Amino acid sequence: MHVPDGFLDAPTSVGTAVVAAAGVAIALRGSRRELDDRTAPLAGLVAMFVFAAQMLNFPVGLGTSGHLLGGALAAILVGPYTATLILTVVLLVQALLFADGGITALGTNITLMGLVGVWVAWAVFVGVRAILPKRLSSLTPASFVAGLVSVPAAALAFVAFYAIGGQAPIDLTALTGAMLAWHTVIGVGEGLITALVVASVVATRPDLVHGAQPLLKQRSLTVRSPEGISA
Amino acid sequence: MGGAHGHSLHFHGHSVVHRLPAHLKLVALVVYVIAVVATPAGQWWAFGLHAVVLVGVMAATRIPAGYIGRRMLIEVPFVVFALIMPFVAQGPRVQVGPFSLSEAGLLAAATLLLKGTLGVGASVVFAATTEAADIVTGLRRVGLPRQLVEIIAFMVRYLDVVTGQLIRMKVARASRGFSARSVRQWPVLGSTAGALFIRSYERGERVHLAMLSRGYSGAMPDLAPVSTSTGPWVAALVAPAVSVVIAVTALVLR
Repeated sequence: MHVPDGFLDAPTSVGTAVVAAAGVAIALRGSRRELDDRTAPLAGLVAMFVFAAQMLNFPVGLGTSGHLLGGALAAILVGPYTATLILTVVLLVQALLFADGGITALGTNITLMGLVGVWVAWAVFVGVRAILPKRLSSLTPASFVAGLVSVPAAALAFVAFYAIGGQAPIDLTALTGAMLAWHTVIGVGEGLITALVVASVVATRPDLVHGAQPLLKQRSLTVRSPEGISA
Repeated sequence: MGGAHGHSLHFHGHSVVHRLPAHLKLVALVVYVIAVVATPAGQWWAFGLHAVVLVGVMAATRIPAGYIGRRMLIEVPFVVFALIMPFVAQGPRVQVGPFSLSEAGLLAAATLLLKGTLGVGASVVFAATTEAADIVTGLRRVGLPRQLVEIIAFMVRYLDVVTGQLIRMKVARASRGFSARSVRQWPVLGSTAGALFIRSYERGERVHLAMLSRGYSGAMPDLAPVSTSTGPWVAALVAPAVSVVIAVTALVLR
């Protein structure tokens, strides 16, 4: 659930808005390196994809279903800077048009999902990718862990904001426990779907996956002929 | 997270609110929501007056109340959250029927419900009276960075195309006997999303090439001239100005 209006007090909302604005400004500069002049059309279509993918509900069991947050997925597919822009745009449109997440809480939501969610996912992804063997098949477990960690990380950041500017006194240890437990469950779903999507894109167009680029660069051309494979 | 994000949000009409320029409505929306959120908890009369302002604007849009009511159902998830609050919050407790509830939690839940509902109502009015293309123009005029505006423009323009594609893929799966019942069906949903990504990305590449061949150099031209008359400003800011006065009065009287 996105943070609604009036959930955190004014100083916290303003503070997170400043953090979000700074983060988005840095992302605007960084995204030019990731997509050069194609930024607007491609980021727009990928934002559209994240938006549509959030409509793809997956069954969790017991008649409930969850849906993708998309921070980890966007970071791995198009790079973390562009992913921050994409999440920002999706959250802005959701707040203005769908009233999903409050307008005064927009800064908080961007900080939680667009900054913490995306960058934690990217850091974890790069870390796991570095440990695993340098093969394209390593991207699937790396994507799973990135998706899994990004959701509870955003939840923890939310608890931190709540500790600073929450509007009702709730026992923080209990809140932390409940948020972590619940969001780890959601994180498993996020991780699985992220891994499945990344795996299916890597299988057909690995060149489109930003997170696969260091692995593609070291791949040499192999020529396959009836006589055998020559490097 | 919310439910399904439909996109037929715009309700066609020709009321005063429909005709106002989008950037003024955006400013009005943001000012109104900030005024509502700044109103201190416990000043119930102030929230009542904020609601009167909102209902007044809703009436001016001439949109049927049933339509606005249905659109406001989006707030159901956080209503549930608000209802939990009195049970988990700390501090002195009051006995309400069989339940022992936290006073602070009750106050916070009531405030959250009021502020949230007013905010959702204002967003619904904005979305229902403003067309997608005007929203993009409005965002540019209120000074959102050009890159972000263009990302939004593409997103809005291809919303129908990509959701249409997703629905066709869903129909194709269903017509082959697929139904998503448990975790075992996730790989299929994963490859659906993967295929949707590749198609979205390749569409993006084609659109970009088509734009380059028509002389795109990194910025979209602004076609509609900006109106400089003060009339629309006054009309757009009447309602939020009233709410700012209400909020300031509530803060002073606290």
